[in-house]
Amino acid sequence: MPLKKVNAVVVGAGAGGGVVAKELASAGMSVVVLERGLWHTAFDCRKDDLRNQRSSFLGCAFGPDDRNPRVTVNDSGEARVVKSNDWAYSNNAACVGGGSFSYGAMAWRFMPQDFGMRSTYGAVEGSTLEDWPISYEELEPYYEKAEWEIGVSGGAEPPQKPARKKALPMPPLSDGKEHLLLDSAAKRLGLHPFHIPMLRNTIPYNGRGGCMRCRWCVGFACEVDAKNGTHNTVLPKALATGNCEVRTNCMVKEILTDGRGHATGIAYFDEHNHLREQPADVVVIAGSAVESARLLLNSKSLLFPNGIGNRFDWVGRNLQGHAYTGAMALFDFELFDDLGPGASIAICDYNHGNPGLVGGALLCNEFIRLPIHFSGMTPPGMPRWGQVHKDYMRKYYRQSSIVMGPVQELPVFDARVQVDAKVKDFWGIPVARLSGHRHPSDIVTAKYIAGKAERWLKEAGAIQTWPRLPGRELSGGQHQAGTCRMGNDPRTSVVDRNCRVHDVENLFVADGSVHVTNGGFNPVLTIMANAYRVGEYIAKNWKSV
Amino acid sequence: MSWYKNLSRREFIQLAAAAAAASGMTACSGSRTPWRFLRLCEARALAAICDQLIPPDQDPGADWAQVVNFIDIQLCGPFRDAKDLYRDGLGYTDATARAWFEKRFAELDGKQQFDILNAMERGTLSKAIWETVDPRQFFETVLSHTMEGFYGDPRHGGNRARASWKMVGLAYPQVRGRLKYDPRSL
Repeated sequence: MPLKKVNAVVVGAGAGGGVVAKELASAGMSVVVLERGLWHTAFDCRKDDLRNQRSSFLGCAFGPDDRNPRVTVNDSGEARVVKSNDWAYSNNAACVGGGSFSYGAMAWRFMPQDFGMRSTYGAVEGSTLEDWPISYEELEPYYEKAEWEIGVSGGAEPPQKPARKKALPMPPLSDGKEHLLLDSAAKRLGLHPFHIPMLRNTIPYNGRGGCMRCRWCVGFACEVDAKNGTHNTVLPKALATGNCEVRTNCMVKEILTDGRGHATGIAYFDEHNHLREQPADVVVIAGSAVESARLLLNSKSLLFPNGIGNRFDWVGRNLQGHAYTGAMALFDFELFDDLGPGASIAICDYNHGNPGLVGGALLCNEFIRLPIHFSGMTPPGMPRWGQVHKDYMRKYYRQSSIVMGPVQELPVFDARVQVDAKVKDFWGIPVARLSGHRHPSDIVTAKYIAGKAERWLKEAGAIQTWPRLPGRELSGGQHQAGTCRMGNDPRTSVVDRNCRVHDVENLFVADGSVHVTNGGFNPVLTIMANAYRVGEYIAKNWKSV
Repeated sequence: MSWYKNLSRREFIQLAAAAAAASGMTACSGSRTPWRFLRLCEARALAAICDQLIPPDQDPGADWAQVVNFIDIQLCGPFRDAKDLYRDGLGYTDATARAWFEKRFAELDGKQQFDILNAMERGTLSKAIWETVDPRQFFETVLSHTMEGFYGDPRHGGNRARASWKMVGLAYPQVRGRLKYDPRSL
């Protein structure tokens, strides 16, 4: 039996869904948010080196759980069922807040060139490289809104990026030992170091206190609620309007449509695994790139035999994340000052304008490595076990540094999400099937950027450095994007510039899926900014859609 | 939670010795083991492997830090898919030791144990013995599980007394935020 109709149903309470829900509820629309994970309590926020979203040897603390398998296909075409803590799963957290509940909280604006990659670099063989249908200037006011409403700390942008019209609401944290070392080294090399902008309170803001600088940051929930995600900012605001309801532990099955091709609501399994139908005037999908694509593909009907929005076979295509690259370094003195989060200093000198290369990456120092992380970070050729390894741990745990960066990936048409023909999840819904691999150009760029990281670390006084390079394996993971591309031409994209699915006038996608390209930056602030833009559009226009 | 999760190693050894004496045998049996999954002789072989991977020196090694306890607990939980791998792999490890040196793996000297593990890591062990398991896969699995048990959070049954954290210079727990919710991690 259908539930009471609402103005909007939002699928996913992560970075995109949380922001849209707040925008719609604030505009007076009645909103239901469906989230397959939980709204975690303080008890769930214990630090656990082996069970979190970063090192999930014993499982993912914030989901998804084992009821949500996926199928991955390797280069020889062999398919394998994987659990959520397998690297090939391309996991992003499934809980209220989504990735923003336990992320490292870097708050990057993309650069203007990142919205016009095709115009800047031309066509690239083997890639569906394209411009976004919107520009940096169009997104700029929403970046600012995200920075102030959700809360970002940091300093000014570097000279390679446009200056912010309004400074950030919070200053950066004080500089640690590694930061100071890398700062002076970068300046000696003629680079332009600056503080990483972070969705992190450094001073009391929005009714919560500042970062306590512990050593468990990325992958963990914040014990003092200093990291700003949608779970502690926009979602509480949405609830406070009285117009919004968040239903957790609800697994969405399909988008419902009528005979005219309108979305009529969502079919989902509630917390007791009963199938429910939630009718709505507008449907917004924000389940992250893999799950949003899976949902569209699983929503089949007479009008949409291959899934909603998939008339031209673009849903699930162009799955991308980042080709992480960089270098590790050892020093003959101690850098470790146990002041989290660790990541603090960055350069954007190599995001664009690299000779002969398409795009590039920011470079920044890494989050604090816990001993279990460090145990796998040995120099090439060194034994990975035995006395030599133990001596290495003892001597260098406090004398190391890592500089890494997310290389902007060239979208590949065959790097994709499909639904598996055989494997189903706990609820009987066909699971996501991931196949394809990175563009070879990403690896070339990664090697170049890693060389720059080594140079920076050597200048800082490292006695030994070595590169850490990505392989050609399929990308995605926490930075997953691209599977419901935004574009003006319905034949080569899934949603229009307002993130409305081309074929369905009251169905929207508002997460990283719509990114045409994913920048050489962590994508979350862009997802949030775009969700503000989409939310505003829906709130203004929903009565006519 | 089972009562034996909180046993100290000394208590375990006493219990294990009693179990072995009571059964009046040294062959590998699962019926009298104090462990949750591992048989007595499997646990001994595993302890010896772990101590080769992270040997004791001025700081404790993997065995002292109860890495075997960690792995045994996890084999009944998140590592359950690796049960067969451990059962067969530990058996083949002992069989290899017998074939090379006519002793069980745990009874070999350090150099002999090291040589077998080295060959295991390279995958150059006899396929006649390693019938169902790729020695490299077994080695890689035990290596990661040992690192997790030694360098990971004590609440999962390893890293006894935070031995590894003290070793790398994290001498005391950070008492911040909500750690009070889980006294075992202090």
